[in-house]
Amino acid sequence: MTLSLEQVGKTIAGEVHLADVNLTLVPGTLNVLLGHTGAGKTTLLRIIAGLERPTHGTVRQAGVDITKRTSRQRSVALVYQQFINYPSLTVRENIASPLRLRGAANYQARVLELAKMVRIEELLDRLPGALSGGQQQRVAIARALAKGAEIVLLDEPLVNLDYKLREDLRDELRALFGSSTVVYATTDPAEALALGGTTILVHQGRVLQHAPALDVYHRPASVTAARVLSDPPMNIFTGVVRDGVVEIAGDLRIPIRGADGGAHLAALADGPYCFGVRASDCRLEPAPRHVAMQARVELSEISGSETFVYLRGADDVQFIVQQDGVYHHQLDEQLTFYLDPDRLLVFEPDGDQRLVASYHAPGNVVWPK
Amino acid sequence: MIDKTRSNKAWLFVLPMTMLVAFSAIVPLMTVVNYSVQDIFGPNTKVYVGFEWFRKALRDSELHAAFLRQLLFSFSTLAIELPFGLAVSLVMPRKGWAVSAALVVLALPLLIPWNVVGTIWQIFGRTDIGMGGAALVKLGLNYNYTADRVDAWLTVLVMDVWHWTPLVALLCYSGLRAIPNAYYQAASIDGASGWSVFRYIQLPKLKNVLVIAVLLRFMDSFMIYTEPFVVTGGGPGNSTTFLSQFLTRFAVGQFDLGPAAAFSLIYFVFILFFCYVFYTVMNRVGQG
Amino acid sequence: MAEIILQGISHSYDEKRGSTAPNLALRDVELRWRDGGAYALLGPSGCGKTTLLGIISGLIQPTRGHVLYGGKDVTMLSSRERNIAQVFQFPVIYDTMTVRQNLAFPLRNRGLATAEIDRRVERIADSLELTAMLPLRATRLTADQKQILSLGRGLVREDVAAILFDEPLTVIDPHRKWLLRRKLKEIHKQFRHTLIYVTHDQTEALTFADEVVVMQTGSVLQRGTPEALFRRPAHTYVGYFIGSPGMNVMPCDVSQDAGGARARVGTHDIALAPHTGAGPAPSGSLELGIRPEHVVVVDGAGDAGAEGSLPVSVITVEDHGRFRIVTGTLAGAGDRRLKIRIGHHGPDRALPIAAGGSIRVRFPPEHICLYRDSKIVESGELAAAEPSP
Repeated sequence: MTLSLEQVGKTIAGEVHLADVNLTLVPGTLNVLLGHTGAGKTTLLRIIAGLERPTHGTVRQAGVDITKRTSRQRSVALVYQQFINYPSLTVRENIASPLRLRGAANYQARVLELAKMVRIEELLDRLPGALSGGQQQRVAIARALAKGAEIVLLDEPLVNLDYKLREDLRDELRALFGSSTVVYATTDPAEALALGGTTILVHQGRVLQHAPALDVYHRPASVTAARVLSDPPMNIFTGVVRDGVVEIAGDLRIPIRGADGGAHLAALADGPYCFGVRASDCRLEPAPRHVAMQARVELSEISGSETFVYLRGADDVQFIVQQDGVYHHQLDEQLTFYLDPDRLLVFEPDGDQRLVASYHAPGNVVWPK
Repeated sequence: MIDKTRSNKAWLFVLPMTMLVAFSAIVPLMTVVNYSVQDIFGPNTKVYVGFEWFRKALRDSELHAAFLRQLLFSFSTLAIELPFGLAVSLVMPRKGWAVSAALVVLALPLLIPWNVVGTIWQIFGRTDIGMGGAALVKLGLNYNYTADRVDAWLTVLVMDVWHWTPLVALLCYSGLRAIPNAYYQAASIDGASGWSVFRYIQLPKLKNVLVIAVLLRFMDSFMIYTEPFVVTGGGPGNSTTFLSQFLTRFAVGQFDLGPAAAFSLIYFVFILFFCYVFYTVMNRVGQG
Repeated sequence: MAEIILQGISHSYDEKRGSTAPNLALRDVELRWRDGGAYALLGPSGCGKTTLLGIISGLIQPTRGHVLYGGKDVTMLSSRERNIAQVFQFPVIYDTMTVRQNLAFPLRNRGLATAEIDRRVERIADSLELTAMLPLRATRLTADQKQILSLGRGLVREDVAAILFDEPLTVIDPHRKWLLRRKLKEIHKQFRHTLIYVTHDQTEALTFADEVVVMQTGSVLQRGTPEALFRRPAHTYVGYFIGSPGMNVMPCDVSQDAGGARARVGTHDIALAPHTGAGPAPSGSLELGIRPEHVVVVDGAGDAGAEGSLPVSVITVEDHGRFRIVTGTLAGAGDRRLKIRIGHHGPDRALPIAAGGSIRVRFPPEHICLYRDSKIVESGELAAAEPSP
């Protein structure tokens, strides 16, 4: 059943937590709610769950207005950041509790099935207090699945776990939810891309974009959207299009008309714009058609198999460049880096800074209303 | 905020309690309000006098004296119990079996019925059969709480400190336990002395708990009745007659219900006021 | 500042010092850290890294072993006596004091002259970019500023032996973490203290440290530079823990003959780099490890690329934007999963790969590591002319 939110807003004591939220969740899909801490993700989840009432707006399920229904009357399950289980019940009893409340007969078989799905079948007779963090969270997930709710909500469920455990559980999570509609809140863009599905970008209480994850990645609706779904942060700089050339940082020129120019840049009218380019589209070695820029090293961040070099360029603009492999750079080292103009994103220079052109083929971009 | 599911059945559970409270509290309260505006000569003879009793009460010098006595008492107990309770909580053990032992010992005075507390100290302070009284006399001190005003005050104060300091100590102890160990470690690394640790870490982090302790103790001591009544009966003279006892003596002793009702309403308003302050501060403390 | 040596450190939370105990949080740890380096203790929850940090800082006395600072045995000394500084998981600041008073506090406790205190406080505040906030109450700072303030309290003591960090970025917003990492690097460059950093996050450890110590269940598995840990993991767990996703490990049978060394995985023969180093070439039942980043997808369209390549059935393809992760099974090797990471810059970046399809891959010999009982016995990298990124 389709869940939709119409003009939902929430204001508490004069502070706007959510505003003008219009969303339709396709049944059976995985939706990732991505935004910074305090953007309104938890508030939105709680409104969907029925734990909070919106200040204005309507929540509908299959067309029926459920705004005034409490969470007990809705078909939702919620998994929290803090591993919440009934501390005095064994794992078996924890998972069984929603089944027993429903009055399901023969629930033991289902409990075993669910325990196997989350790989805790050997721990069924232990108390949650005796389990590790990852194991406790799996119990919480199994209990949420046991409820068989139409909507499963997860509020940053892996954030209190070890880095590696997070990676492992994420892989497992993807396979678990079957036909329920899942809404998964996170602050980590890498997690949003890893989980896939549809991404809902939330920033300061508003929905910036609601589209498949890769659409948001390749065609972010605005500079803010690009910044929210970026890990590492996207390189943003201003430039002017004039006479068939993009001028940036004073004296650098990127030709855009002619056989070599990026096709999406060719259609730009003259004037100022805001440009964005991802770290992975920049490199430290020269490459064909890449534009060279000078900068000073601030930090080289090593992430397993890649190095991200944080640079400070002309006009104090920050750039981040990705290098495959592990490298160390000295602070304040002077470097030349190369960016790929074919991968530039073009945004309006001011106001909402919405997307003007992307290197990615046009698809369905959902504009914020 | 969370909306609870509305269920009409729930009212049935509340009904017996509501009736009981109505019977034992609300109806009598309304009766008091009724009496406070009447002059009662007998069960069937009542004359409406409006706010006469209230005016009289607020001008009554004996009431003023009792009120001041009460304030002095409350502030004195606070001034002693707070630092003392805090000090006790600082030296209480944090780990092992000694924790349970200390908590039990500390809780004992709080578990004793209040009139028994009074009786204990009444006998303890007697110079003939009481250990305390006899010891003081043996030491050469001229101690007699039935005759000497200062001695009576001191006895009642010491009794209250003995009775209620454990509450302050327990509150402070729970507050201290809530301080993460990292703060003590950081202070040790910074070379802080014990006094610095107290002043810069423990005291600031106990702020909320201390506010609650102050308000709780102030409210309770303002209503104190049983213990001083049992020990000194309010004497010698009026020296230990605090507000609630003054009121009771007036209402029950002299059976002049009109003025007594007025007094008790004034008293009720005081307590209501303090409750309001307590509630507001608690809320702000909870958010802070 | 001093060299820090850990000798034979074992610790159990159940027993007191001097006795042997069954439940060891740390087993016989030996480490030597030179003065002025930046080191990280990396491992999953429960591996003992926080216990080890407690032993180094003086919070915990180990049940066995010794800690030496600059040759002096400090095992029984308290944190204050060891002259270390520590930054905790959450910001520990003195709420009632201003930023300036917070920074001055350790110096005041040592009885320094006011002029000297002011000089040091201002110098550190300048390095940490806190000068504008000196007169403010410490509670007014953001979480990352408070952590920097905690760090500052350690830096003002110029003779501090080492600064210890216990997962300091835990409460920091993800998009501000890099600010603190950069600040730590700058501080290290400027002051050259010995820094020891405990974390479960490989990015933090690899960014921060000159050398990383990887731990698991109370033991040190490997100690080395980020490059060494990445290219030549000494233990399969290190291969798993470092890198995203972790190393692919599969059982194989290694044999040597005239044609060179070969590993048999399932029905396939994989060429290995020639054996270097002393001792006989490894052979028999071993484990083959190769990182997902190093598996090369060859263009299966033409047979030219197919020589020496292995067939893989694709189960899923995840597009993460700047890289793809292909999960598949190597045909003829059972249902063991193989993960391949195709980056944005490699030659295989544009190859179309679909779930349910099949591709051909190569394991370059210079990136293959061999393991016996989970410990490394051979690394293809040593044989290569120069290590390739």
